[in-house]
Amino acid sequence: MSHDLLLKISVVILFLPLLSFLIIVFNQKRLGKAAGIIGTSILGIDLVLAAIVAFNKFVVYPNEAIIQWKFHWFSLGNRTIDLGLGVDNLAAMMLIVVTLISFLVHLFSTEYMSEDKRFPRFFSYLGIFTFSMLGIVLANNLLNMYIFWELVGLSSYLLIGFWYEKDSASNASKKAFITNRVGDLGFFAGIMIAFFTFNTFMFDEIFSQIRSGVLPFESGTILTAMGILLFAGAIGKSAQFPLHVWLPDAMEGPTPVSALIHAATMVAAGVYLTAKIFPVFTADALTFVAYTGAFTAFMAATIGITQNDFKRVLAYSTVSQLGFMVMSLGVGAYTYGFFHLVTHAWFKACLFLASGSVIHAMHHAMHKLHDHHSDPQDIRNMGGLRKTMPKTYLTFLFATIAISGVPLTSGFLSKDGILAGTLAFGNLSGHWLIPAMAFISAGMTAFYMFRLTIVSFFGDFKTEIASKTHENNTQIVLPLVVLAILSLWVFYSFNPIDASSGWFAKAFKPVETVVPAEYQFDFMMPYHDAHATESTEVSHGSHSYLNKFEEELHHQHYTAMFLSLAIAGFGILLSFIFYYYKKVDPDKVANSIKPLYLLSYNKWYIDEIYQKTFIGGTILLTKLMFWIDTYIIDGAVNGVAFIWRIFGTFVGKFDNGVVDGLVNLSGGVVGFSGSIVRKLQTGRVQTYLLLSIIGVILLLWWLF
Amino acid sequence: MTNELTLYLIIGAILFSLGVFGIITRKNAIMVLMSMELILNSANINFIAFAKYGGMNLEGHIAAMFVIILAAAEVAVALAIVLNIYHNFRHVNIDEISKMKE
Amino acid sequence: MSGTFNILGVGILTWITFLPILGMIAILAIPSGKDEISRARSLNYFRYITLGITFIQLILTLVVYSGFNFSMPGINDASSMQFIERVTWISVTGLPMLGDLKIEYFLGIDGISMPMLLLTAIVSTLAVFASWGIKKAAKGYFAMYLLLVTGMMGVFVALDFFLFYVFWELMLLPMYFLIGIWGGPRKEYAAIKFFLYTLFGSVFMLLVMIALYFAVGSFNMFDMMDPSKFDQNSILAGFGTSWRYIAFAALFVGFAIKVPIVPFHTWLPDAHVEAPTAISVILAGVLLKMGTYGMIRIAWPMFPDAVQYFNWWIGLIGMVSIVYGALCALAQFSVGKRDLKKMIAYSSVSHMGYVMLGLAALNTEGVIGAIFQMFNHGTITAMLFMIVGVIYDRAHTRSLDDFGGMANKMPVYTAIMTIAFFAAIGLPGLSGFVSEALVFLGAFKTYPVLTVISGLGIILGAGYMLWALQKVFFGKLPERWSGPWDPTGKIYKNDDINYIELGGLVPLAIVVIYLGINPNPVIGMMTSSVNHFVELIRIGGNFAGM
Repeated sequence: MSHDLLLKISVVILFLPLLSFLIIVFNQKRLGKAAGIIGTSILGIDLVLAAIVAFNKFVVYPNEAIIQWKFHWFSLGNRTIDLGLGVDNLAAMMLIVVTLISFLVHLFSTEYMSEDKRFPRFFSYLGIFTFSMLGIVLANNLLNMYIFWELVGLSSYLLIGFWYEKDSASNASKKAFITNRVGDLGFFAGIMIAFFTFNTFMFDEIFSQIRSGVLPFESGTILTAMGILLFAGAIGKSAQFPLHVWLPDAMEGPTPVSALIHAATMVAAGVYLTAKIFPVFTADALTFVAYTGAFTAFMAATIGITQNDFKRVLAYSTVSQLGFMVMSLGVGAYTYGFFHLVTHAWFKACLFLASGSVIHAMHHAMHKLHDHHSDPQDIRNMGGLRKTMPKTYLTFLFATIAISGVPLTSGFLSKDGILAGTLAFGNLSGHWLIPAMAFISAGMTAFYMFRLTIVSFFGDFKTEIASKTHENNTQIVLPLVVLAILSLWVFYSFNPIDASSGWFAKAFKPVETVVPAEYQFDFMMPYHDAHATESTEVSHGSHSYLNKFEEELHHQHYTAMFLSLAIAGFGILLSFIFYYYKKVDPDKVANSIKPLYLLSYNKWYIDEIYQKTFIGGTILLTKLMFWIDTYIIDGAVNGVAFIWRIFGTFVGKFDNGVVDGLVNLSGGVVGFSGSIVRKLQTGRVQTYLLLSIIGVILLLWWLF
Repeated sequence: MTNELTLYLIIGAILFSLGVFGIITRKNAIMVLMSMELILNSANINFIAFAKYGGMNLEGHIAAMFVIILAAAEVAVALAIVLNIYHNFRHVNIDEISKMKE
Repeated sequence: MSGTFNILGVGILTWITFLPILGMIAILAIPSGKDEISRARSLNYFRYITLGITFIQLILTLVVYSGFNFSMPGINDASSMQFIERVTWISVTGLPMLGDLKIEYFLGIDGISMPMLLLTAIVSTLAVFASWGIKKAAKGYFAMYLLLVTGMMGVFVALDFFLFYVFWELMLLPMYFLIGIWGGPRKEYAAIKFFLYTLFGSVFMLLVMIALYFAVGSFNMFDMMDPSKFDQNSILAGFGTSWRYIAFAALFVGFAIKVPIVPFHTWLPDAHVEAPTAISVILAGVLLKMGTYGMIRIAWPMFPDAVQYFNWWIGLIGMVSIVYGALCALAQFSVGKRDLKKMIAYSSVSHMGYVMLGLAALNTEGVIGAIFQMFNHGTITAMLFMIVGVIYDRAHTRSLDDFGGMANKMPVYTAIMTIAFFAAIGLPGLSGFVSEALVFLGAFKTYPVLTVISGLGIILGAGYMLWALQKVFFGKLPERWSGPWDPTGKIYKNDDINYIELGGLVPLAIVVIYLGINPNPVIGMMTSSVNHFVELIRIGGNFAGM
């Protein structure tokens, strides 16, 4: 397959979901239930095409960095604004992830959403979301990335707010969009710095310019700032602290949506962006990214322990796992960060869809019992679902095992690599806090995931509703099975305890940083650059390493594995002791550490803090501004008008009194004399005659 | 001779003064008209007197004839008006006839 | 094809400009009708004449566009202006003091007027649909409307300063009556405020115009842009003198009031809130652009040295307008009557701030972004005001508190409004994004800090737009709107938006979407002009800050 054909197919892959959107959105009434079939089959075609493209990229062109196509969007006369798309290994893998999960979610939704009155619209939204997400995947430049980034924001807004009659849903969608916008502002500021410096948006051109020594404002600090600002986009989209608050609320959307965008694709976009721009991160930027990820992973894990809403636990687990990925990229374990993105996509989608299956079943059971008040998502209403929903239970259990990092699963492979990376980073840079937080979070992940499983699936039915549930049909179960199978280790590496020998690690070799040596960690500099004179050190034993970090990561592998196994095992064990064997009462433990429990239960009060500070502050500011506008600026205008009116009144008085007075005076004098004279004007001829006679007599008398 | 002329002129003057007095004092339109006739006739007496003694000769007579004819015409018109006024107002008191003024 | 293009021996620009006057005469000649049937018939005549005239005007503008040469810069070069029409209008010789007074009827366009011409033609055609519901004194309304269109078109094609001023003032008069007679409850206040405010601005413009006339000896704009044409004894001769700065500042204030930029903006919310829908559409869609157009056409090329001197302040004003306008728009949710229209009016202030910021960038990206933003704001805000008009006509309220859950009642309307609101937020794929992105990219090169602070406007913009969207469409439908809008079924057959309203909105939505995907048709025609403009200002002002 030629480059040209590959790109053409990629364009088709990109636009097919948009076609699905357009077909469905303009024929909602006509299509009805057929919309689901149309959407699913279009995505099926898309999946096949994506598989073809990915196969070609990995098999035919494995060593070409990127196959891309650039074109002029519009011209500004002396320069042009270019767009384009490209397929590199990352994109090829992501094409599979996005199209497969989107396809499974489409399939799942044909059953899950079948009773919704806006069924066709849901599928049209899924179409536009998939289109936007594929746009991000195929972007080979920052502008494209930003365009589709925002479109993803729009489609997630539409999907989260799909049940807009609920205030909580429409609030959540608004919150998601605006929180993302905050990150996007940083992202766009980074793009502005990049465009200002390099006059291009293309990733490869930016990298090669930095490599040749072009720095923004000729300063490494600004390069760091550019990296962090671009990463701010990822903070928003991948729900990193401090912009993670939208993701748990976004669970108000239908559950397939949660699986599609809040587990597997949209939130992964931030990690994907970070991976794409990985070469431009300086030492400081990497440290920032690593700490952001580590703290997010830790914080979200602590919150996940105490939540009672089925989906909310999963949401915080997502935030935590995203933190892992970001942290992994930050410490330089590029391969494993992306690896975890892929593995997490499968098992988290599986978890979400399984939760959808449970909620669907609970909902039906409630319907049968005419119960409209219970919360179908509260795990305290479940229990014993293992018996009524065995297939869902098994897939869910397997995904839980994977996310907890138990061997023979994909999650073990990727998480193990990440933990080794953090250890290596801690060892080389001295930032030991990062591996510490990482390992604790890994343990907590195992704990709360098993808590969720045990409370909802094991034991006895806690309510009548739970006992009345039953397994869902194929459209719902099939996606679960597919995703659970994909969480097996064999798909990534035949060695179940070390991914580095598998095809995945080979296809996603660590990338070289392009940052000048003075702004980068020594251990991140490629050997052929940093140690050009000591070229003998390039090869160490049987492996050849890109840089010192890779070497160290390899050395830390077994340490990390044993540590993580121990800590995950401990977490799982604890979970069983608390919730399955009930040796210890969790409520008592919670009471003994009340403040910590409340901190976790109330999500570290972050929403409340934001409400009080940012939102409250903004509202106060708007009020102040409007007050200024009304009373000071407009007040000044009206005041000027008022002064002129007073002046006008005064002038009017002057005019009436003095100027007009004089006029009236002369008029008055004339009038007065006239009023005297007019007495003579009787209108009687006789009087006139008499007067004229008198006049004549007087005249005569005067004459003579 | 001059005395006789003076005598005529005095009679004319008396007649004129009576006419003016009548016009000024009378309210009745017909009385006013009659007073006007007196004035005109006083003029006629003067004309005739001047024709006889003052050398006006025929011109004086002709002028007098004119005045008589004009007076007749004037009376005819004026009486018609007065009659109409009487029809309208049921009186001929000139002080109260002020409709035209308004 | 830059030469003349005549119809019946009269130039096409004259046709475009004065065609509405013909329509106005026709409307005035038709009696309003005495009884109900004849009145309804006349009303239809008025509507269709207005629609027909503006539509022909749109066609003629498209003819001009098809013959427009993209590579001719114009700006300060009379020979590369296009579709020139030039005759002596007023010529008096030997006046005391003034000498020879010569005013020309001088029309022509370049890459900066062409987008505005298109915008005016599009918006004034589509706003007729929004005027469909006018019943009160319809004859006067449509006559005034057409007069207004003439004034607006004239401003964008005039190349003689005096002629420009005449059109500028000509447009005030119908606007005053359109707000003052067909407006809302406080229409008199709003109309007078608008009138006096703008008149106040034009006084400054008049003074500078006269000063320039004394310095140059003609009202020709190109002479005024040419430093060699200045009388050396004049106070405006030379470069960088304080008189020139004062003259520029006065001219700037004159135009700034029209834009309007903070702190000269307070007439705008009042005028918008009180004006009838179509007039809000025209006001936001076209009139505001005249201020920034005047700056680009007149103030900037005539005083490049003063632009250099004041540039940072202009950028600052742009930033303040963006953030301040957005905050005031957001304030509509917490204070006052929560008037949807007022919110959109303030959003206009914010969006016109982008234009100022782009102009202050003084580079290709920034200025193209600014002019493109003028065009996009024209189309998008026109949509927003029409949308508010639709709901106001039905519910007779604009308060956000009174709404909710309209998405189920009016799905098509919701879709259109979502497009318009997201366009206003600057969503990629819609035209507003391209212009805002260009403004930011350009402005960042000149003033990075101002630009990043202005970026807050994006977040706040998303805030108020989504808030409004939520308040109107989402949540539960209030009890009072649960029935049909019009139980008699006479005016509104069903609850959703009707075809007349769609006739105004859909073409705009298509323009917004199309230009978001392919901005070339509009950006293409301005590139050579803008590059020439930037060069002119930078060289003319010896712009050292670059």
